[in-house]
Amino acid sequence: MFRLEARSTTPAWFNLALPLIAIAATLILCSGLIAVAGAGVIEAYGVMLSASLGDSYAITETLVRAAPMIFTGLAVAVAFRAKFWNIGAEGQLLAGAVASCFVGAIPMPGYLAMLLMALVGAAAGALVALVPATLRVKFKVDDVVSSLLLNSVIYYALMALIEGPWKDTFSGYPISPPIEDSANFPVLIEGTRMHLGVVVALIAAPLCWFLIARTTLGFRIRVTGENPEAARYGGINVQRVLISTALLSGALAGLAGVGEVGGVHFQVMSDISPGYGYSGIVVAMLARLNPLGVVPAAIFLAAVMTGAEAMSRATGVPAFLSDVIQGTALLAMLVALLFTAYRIRRVGAQT
Amino acid sequence: MSAPLIEMRGITKSFGAVKANEAVDLSVAPGEILGLLGENGAGKTTLMNVLFGAYAPDAGDILVEGRPVAIHNSADALAAGIGMVHQHFHLAPRLTVLENLLIGIPGKSGRIDRAGGLARLQEIGRQHGLSLEPNLPVSALSVGEQQRLEIIKALFRGAKLLILDEPTAVLAPSEVDGLFAALRSMAAQGLGIIFISHKLNEVRALTHRCVVLRHGKVAGRVDHPASTTSAEMAKLMCGHEIVPPTREASTPGAAVLTLDGISTSGHAGTPLRDVSLFVRAGEILGIAGVSGNGQRALADVISGMLPPKAGTMTIAGKTVAQFSPRELQALGLGRIPEDRMTTGLVTNLPLADSMVLPRIGTEAFSRKGLLNPAAIRAFAEEQIKAYDIRCPGPMVRAGALSGGNLQKALLARELAFDPKVLIVSQPTRGLDIGAARFIHEKFLAMRARGRGIIVIGEDLEELLMLCDRIAVMYEGRIAGTLSSADATVARLGLMMTGAGHTEEAA
Repeated sequence: MFRLEARSTTPAWFNLALPLIAIAATLILCSGLIAVAGAGVIEAYGVMLSASLGDSYAITETLVRAAPMIFTGLAVAVAFRAKFWNIGAEGQLLAGAVASCFVGAIPMPGYLAMLLMALVGAAAGALVALVPATLRVKFKVDDVVSSLLLNSVIYYALMALIEGPWKDTFSGYPISPPIEDSANFPVLIEGTRMHLGVVVALIAAPLCWFLIARTTLGFRIRVTGENPEAARYGGINVQRVLISTALLSGALAGLAGVGEVGGVHFQVMSDISPGYGYSGIVVAMLARLNPLGVVPAAIFLAAVMTGAEAMSRATGVPAFLSDVIQGTALLAMLVALLFTAYRIRRVGAQT
Repeated sequence: MSAPLIEMRGITKSFGAVKANEAVDLSVAPGEILGLLGENGAGKTTLMNVLFGAYAPDAGDILVEGRPVAIHNSADALAAGIGMVHQHFHLAPRLTVLENLLIGIPGKSGRIDRAGGLARLQEIGRQHGLSLEPNLPVSALSVGEQQRLEIIKALFRGAKLLILDEPTAVLAPSEVDGLFAALRSMAAQGLGIIFISHKLNEVRALTHRCVVLRHGKVAGRVDHPASTTSAEMAKLMCGHEIVPPTREASTPGAAVLTLDGISTSGHAGTPLRDVSLFVRAGEILGIAGVSGNGQRALADVISGMLPPKAGTMTIAGKTVAQFSPRELQALGLGRIPEDRMTTGLVTNLPLADSMVLPRIGTEAFSRKGLLNPAAIRAFAEEQIKAYDIRCPGPMVRAGALSGGNLQKALLARELAFDPKVLIVSQPTRGLDIGAARFIHEKFLAMRARGRGIIVIGEDLEELLMLCDRIAVMYEGRIAGTLSSADATVARLGLMMTGAGHTEEAA
């Protein structure tokens, strides 16, 4: 018989080991599905690996896919640190995409356009995140529900725009007009899609880490998240911290949308995000809310996504496996987190 | 004598490298009240958690009425006849007394057996003098009544041995007498009781026999607690003599904190009604009262958690404008909250973070919004050394520290900035003698340096020892103030019940 027992300390190596164990458990669990689909497990995972990280082009493709998830992962990690439960990164991403696309379509010098796209996109994301934060601070509305439901509001507002007034007149599809060519983010490696936004995302992670670990705002965010009562007693304006966190989180999610418009799609369409906002939650949890951990976690999920498509072509296993892996990884990580607080003990005798 | 009710043999339990219990033997006979004594961290709670099934021992046996039993969880413990009243109650506040008793009790064919439960409740009431109104919601009960319900709950489930973990820490003096009478009656009817406490006078008054733990081992056994002095027992607990501090006579200076006509509303608990008081430099003012008579509101107003509806407050002659923690700190107020774990510290973050929390925005720990990690660490290390806070270092999770060490950390974070006046609630609640002495000495040293201190407390003996004057709160008002020369437990006790007003001559 086994039982859980509270642990007094958590060893430091857990921070690294837990996500790795969770990922290993995920891959083992999902191998059953691959076998059911009639493919060889080793072969399928092999294709996934080589297609996502096997050569330099595959790596750049994975990084391009990882970039938006780094931003949404950071958005969620920062918010969850303050226990502001922002499930709305998806909607904030879409708002950032729409706003930056509007700006990018205005003729102006390229560098100015890119800068304004980033600023306006971040502001749009922040504005959307402000809604659930204000509702919570002023009216004690549950932020999980309000931020989640807002995603649908934003999504259908976007659909209404691109099917109606904002529809590209030169296209038969419901897509927005493209941004100016000069506003397209520069490609950094010839012959790939590796754009400036990817580098910005990679830089954003250590900046967020610095903000959380080394600034007074980060200190207040951490303390507010862990114990709002002690924070208030210590003179911290808890409501202001929650609002600041929401603005920051929304801005980061908005930047994910900016990168997709400026660096990948150059316009807005209904499927501009295949759920990057929700993947951000998985990323942040795998990273244990550490901004530095967000980068490898996002790259893992991106590799699963790019790899799954190639695996599907090569072995016939549906690419939806990547969604299953994401979901399973989140559950595995939540189970793994249990072991930061508890240990398993064997109990000898039977009751 | 027949077999002991409970016997623990050679219990050993380690957490990592720390041996929380080492080869502990302990037994309780039917009808016996056993005192379990020890400083914080001596292993009392671990030992009882082993007995109650929360921890599995690394070695050792538990025997119930001579038969070895395996206890893996609280259900096993209850089945073996062991009941526990924890320091923190496990009750559902919205359910009634009777419903709380029936939680987890299998009913008749899927229906809750209310009538049977009621009969049993009344039987227990008759047997032990423990009565409660069965249909009252738990949220309407006082702390003492909730504790009584916990005891009834254990008896309801057929406990033959009752473990009480510091039951008097949450009670007013009058409630303690009631508890002791009930415990004596239960013992007289053959129940075994393990009574865990820091308070030596209580242990001497109540128990038949004592086991003293130190560093996880049995440091001594006391066979006749009533005829053993507190000093002897304290020596067993600490391993050395404990000398009570003395309060030197002194002349207080000008008032450093005044309240004038303070009233509050919109606060959980009793509001303040026209409260005026003052504390002078070099003076310790005690606030006594039965819990729930406005002490919480008073502490909250003074520490900036609750702006008053009416009235003024001054610190060192300056009128307080906003009643925010930051403003009060800037005026020279030090604050130590009643609840260390929820209000004082952030248990999941490093200790250093909690120690700098109230002053994180000041030059000492940050500049232009950037933290100074070296300064934060250095400050924490310095205070850990100066206050002998026992912990692996400043980066350890604050929640891993014992209560006494947490209280020292909170004291250190305020006293490091030498406040002009300090407000503190229940300064030594749950602390062992050694830690309590340490805190008292720090207060007296502050007083000698000409600082003012307000101590809100329920332990009258502590207030009488520390305070120059003691104000008594009753129903949100100051019922009267006594100087240390006039104050006795009896007089204060009378005032606490609302009888007899005494106004201090200015």
